[in-house]
Amino acid sequence: MGAVRLPGFAPLMLAVVVGAIGVLIVAPLAVVFIVAFSKGVPAYVAALKDPDAQAAIGLTLLVASISVPLNAVFGLAAAWSIAKFEFPGRRVLLAIIDLPFSMSPVVSGLVWVLLFGAQGWFGPFLADHDIKIIFDTSGIVLATITVTLPFVARELIPLMQDQGSDEEAAAVTLGAGGFTVFRKVTLPNVKWALLYGVLLCNARAMGEFGAVSVVSGKVSGLSNTLPLHIEALYNDFDFVGAFSAASLLAGLGLVTLVIKTVLEWRYSGELSAGRRR
Amino acid sequence: MTAPALADRPPERRPWRWRQASILPGFPLAFGITLAWVSAIVLFPLTALALRPWELGLDGVWRVLTDERVVAALRLSFGLSALAAAINAPLGLLIAWTLVRFQFPGRRLLDAMVDLPFALPTAVAGIALTTLYAPTGLFGWLAAKVGIKTAYSPLGIFIALLFIGLPFVVRQVQPLLMDFDQEVEEAALTLGASPRQRFWRVMLPALAPALFSGVSLAFARAVGEYGSVIFIAGNVPLHSEIAPLLIVTKLEEYDYAGASLIGLIMVAISFGALMTISRVQAMVDVARGL
Repeated sequence: MGAVRLPGFAPLMLAVVVGAIGVLIVAPLAVVFIVAFSKGVPAYVAALKDPDAQAAIGLTLLVASISVPLNAVFGLAAAWSIAKFEFPGRRVLLAIIDLPFSMSPVVSGLVWVLLFGAQGWFGPFLADHDIKIIFDTSGIVLATITVTLPFVARELIPLMQDQGSDEEAAAVTLGAGGFTVFRKVTLPNVKWALLYGVLLCNARAMGEFGAVSVVSGKVSGLSNTLPLHIEALYNDFDFVGAFSAASLLAGLGLVTLVIKTVLEWRYSGELSAGRRR
Repeated sequence: MTAPALADRPPERRPWRWRQASILPGFPLAFGITLAWVSAIVLFPLTALALRPWELGLDGVWRVLTDERVVAALRLSFGLSALAAAINAPLGLLIAWTLVRFQFPGRRLLDAMVDLPFALPTAVAGIALTTLYAPTGLFGWLAAKVGIKTAYSPLGIFIALLFIGLPFVVRQVQPLLMDFDQEVEEAALTLGASPRQRFWRVMLPALAPALFSGVSLAFARAVGEYGSVIFIAGNVPLHSEIAPLLIVTKLEEYDYAGASLIGLIMVAISFGALMTISRVQAMVDVARGL
């Protein structure tokens, strides 16, 4: 593709594009690693071995390991019902699933405070029964689940709609049970899209900041996830510490990006139409 | 429900069903899980968001809406988001066009880099941008040389919003540009159209829906953006305080009703923007023949 018809013009455009991407996008990424290693590798390692950093990593992994599987199961259930069956209200349901995309992360945290915070609807009840949700891990999990709810569903629904249900119908006609059909026919058909969705969902769950900052008590070593730990260190002017922790999340982002790009190139036909290259 | 779902079943004998008959099993389970999850995680919490502002009473709501700090924050968030989206439109179009039409070494790498703002968590982007654009940072120092204050000012917010919005425009325009029939452009060329005419009369109309949806997505994301903005913003009330930050401030003051009112306004506007997009997106899909 692409005979270059304006040879005099092309290098200039290319320079503008490379410059824009370099200044706007690559420079911030480079800064993360430059500052993280600015005092040498020992300082970097020490920053990550710090007990508060370790606790933050642990909490981040815990929160993601709860929210991502739940939203993956939800995504499969939503895609199965919306893509394989005809019922009125499908469009409304789709719009509701998309809602978290149009909510500020801060609002996704706020709604849980409105329910379970000290002045929330259920605040007095929870206080009476000595249950803590806001300023506790469960609040962080709820906020993370809200933010990441659409990710898997949005990858699976368009793909499964495209694929139709002929293969499943054939399997049922041949006597396969519901779970067998799902496991042997549907799942192999959508596995790459599922992986794609889980990947994006996980990256967002581990990197979420706004929603989590509203519901976390922000106690170092206890209720700080990795992004909150970064904020705390940065505000304390511990830049090496902040960027060392940030480099972990940037690394996660880069790995996610690489796998995502590979999936887009290699399994293009098995992803939802919007992801095909 | 006029057409019979299964040909061998006469429609008059079929009892009315909410859902069309299907041979596939598992609908009650899958639909039950979906509905329960969506209700618990989205609908129920949003009910609280929709109801709590009215605790203030109508005049209380009006007082919040006319409070100069609230007005300033909303104006700043929506204004800068619109501005950043407007700048990202030509920039994103240019990047998409270059990536699609030119072959050069490193094109795929450059292409993959466009997604970096999606991949970097917001807090990481926030501290990195601030470090770059603070007076001690490389770009901040350069800008200060010519007397421009970047970080800790509305300009800093604008830069952060530019950063997070760019991939939306590129990724919406790019597929359409790839499918775009070059023969149409060549026809215009042979008919004597100037480069300018080919761009404005041939290419832009074809790309307009995708460009529009990319810009709207960037806008909707920017309005609610928190992590990448608060570090660079300076956060001075009336001057550089964004609406999401004001929500956090109000929550810290236990003003739940005020916080939920601002949140409700933001959700309503972003949701409206995204609903518009899904209409336009349908047009894009038709144009792509999907």
